[in-house]
Amino acid sequence: MSTEHLPEHPEFLWRNPDPKKSYDAVIVGGGGHGLATAYFLAKNHGMRNIAILEKGWLAGGNMARNTTIIRSNYLWDESAAMYEHSLKLWEILPEELEYDFLFSQRGVMNLAHTLGDVRESVRRVGANQLNGVDAEWLDPKQVKELCPILNINDNIRYPVMGATYQPRAGIAKHDHVAWAFARKCDEMGVDIIQNCEVTGFVKDGNKVTGVKTTRGTINTEKVGLCAAGYTSVLAEMAGFRIPIQSHPLQALVSELHEPVHPTVVMSNHVHVYVSQAHKGELVMGAGVDSYNGYGQRGSFHVIEEQMAAAVELFPIFARAHVLRTWGGVVDTTMDASPIVGATPVENMFVNCGWGTGGFKGTPAAGLTFAHTIATGSPHALNKPFGMERFETGALIDEHGAAAVAH
Amino acid sequence: MLLFTCPNCGPRNETEFHYGGQAHVAYPANPAELSDREWAEYLFYRENTRGLFAERWVHSAGCRKWFNMVRDTVSYDVKAVYRIGELRPETLERAAAATAPDQPQQLAPAQANPNNASEGV
Ligand SMILES: Cc1cc2nc3c(=O)[nH]c(=O)nc-3n(C[C@H](O)[C@H](O)[C@H](O)COP(=O)(O)OP(=O)(O)OC[C@H]3O[C@@H](n4cnc5c(N)ncnc54)[C@H](O)[C@@H]3O)c2cc1C
Ligand SMILES: [Zn+2]
Repeated sequence: MSTEHLPEHPEFLWRNPDPKKSYDAVIVGGGGHGLATAYFLAKNHGMRNIAILEKGWLAGGNMARNTTIIRSNYLWDESAAMYEHSLKLWEILPEELEYDFLFSQRGVMNLAHTLGDVRESVRRVGANQLNGVDAEWLDPKQVKELCPILNINDNIRYPVMGATYQPRAGIAKHDHVAWAFARKCDEMGVDIIQNCEVTGFVKDGNKVTGVKTTRGTINTEKVGLCAAGYTSVLAEMAGFRIPIQSHPLQALVSELHEPVHPTVVMSNHVHVYVSQAHKGELVMGAGVDSYNGYGQRGSFHVIEEQMAAAVELFPIFARAHVLRTWGGVVDTTMDASPIVGATPVENMFVNCGWGTGGFKGTPAAGLTFAHTIATGSPHALNKPFGMERFETGALIDEHGAAAVAH
Repeated sequence: MLLFTCPNCGPRNETEFHYGGQAHVAYPANPAELSDREWAEYLFYRENTRGLFAERWVHSAGCRKWFNMVRDTVSYDVKAVYRIGELRPETLERAAAATAPDQPQQLAPAQANPNNASEGV
């Protein structure tokens, strides 16, 4: 076959270097969080002799599988501070990274279908407003004005009784976010090493001094774990326990449609959330599969149930088709909040537990985790999110705001 | 949809069951004496095994009884189903292998308590 008619290959966004013998810091996991962490280590802390080790291909884990919802309307002060800081970073990152990853602030609506939902939602709107997070309570008529294709009639099992609305929330293109960070990391000298699985750690007493990989042993001063659903596997290699459970989380898309859906709609109660991607696919997700699973796939009944809920809420979708479904492995915690901080192993730090909703947290996770790794102590934003909260009891219970998943 | 075999009712769809997480987590023997760390371990720390995992399920839309299952968390294959109060099958096999081949299979007395936390995965 002749290749003479093919256009030039576009410029590569990052090099593919071989691992060096040693680094000042090694980040395990080349998803969004690993990339953002390396970016802020290099940019804010001047650490350039660092590497990201990724067992597969760059951002092929949850970063490639999420439904890209970005919002900051979480209940508690600690979470509102973290997620709102993240949202503010999202607002400036396209310029800072010189990459338009199509962050579209089209708003996110969280529907209420029961009196309990209404009370919880109104309370959360109040809490958000006190924390400087843009939040509104909408009655069903206002819901309909913002999203005309939503069914607000009484003829469904759980009619819409209102919604919280965050106008600054929205969606972005996840792959482009990863590539944007990767390019900047690479420019600053960070080695992004794909197909390099971490298989163990080298320790001197309780101090980590290196990582064993499928591409040889690499010495390092510090290790930052950004392995999402695989964190427990790495923690076990390192010799400590971490209170997370890995679950399958699925999503799906329809074929392309004309723009019909102007915002993002999530329903905690009937278990579905929907947005329409820039290209036109309807993007839908629901909750995790109940069982622990590392299979990057879940059970079909979860999809069936979310489709039933979607068609009740959006009768116009009844003739749409499911084109693709997929799953990721999400790292859930008992309080639905992330873990960002130190580990029992000296010089090893962990960022995980973002579960079903860590895409939105990517910039803040990177910023605070980089601070934690570089300085050895947490940033003010991630201080409450250390693992020790499970001992002190200072949990940050976000099961309400963490919503259906995402 | 996974197919699970309830020890009482036989093979049924996954949707008839509810998940109960890691099996063989015993209630602390002396709760009043636990340190904060030990309470954290009991309440919040569970194994998150990649591979064979012993877990609890309840057949909520059937006999409504709890039972245990060993399932591969990567392939989702079910390797064993056994009743609450019984030991995890590999534990029995290990015990059997430890006894001399010409002796009948016997359990050491320490393994008689099925809820012993040390029998967890
Ligand atoms: C279906 C789905 C929908 C979602 N929707 C949303 C949403 O709408 N909004 C939102 O905010 N969040 C959402 N999330 C959650 C979000 O995707 C995650 O919280 C976030 O991506 C986790 O951070 P990450 O990008 O670094 O993870 P990942 O991309 O999973 O990165 C972890 C990386 O570590 C690598 N790794 C693991 N073990 C090793 C090893 N031993 N050696 C080397 N590398 C290793 C993996 O290969 C992987 O690339 C969703 C998740 C899923 C699955
Ligand atoms: Zn039964």
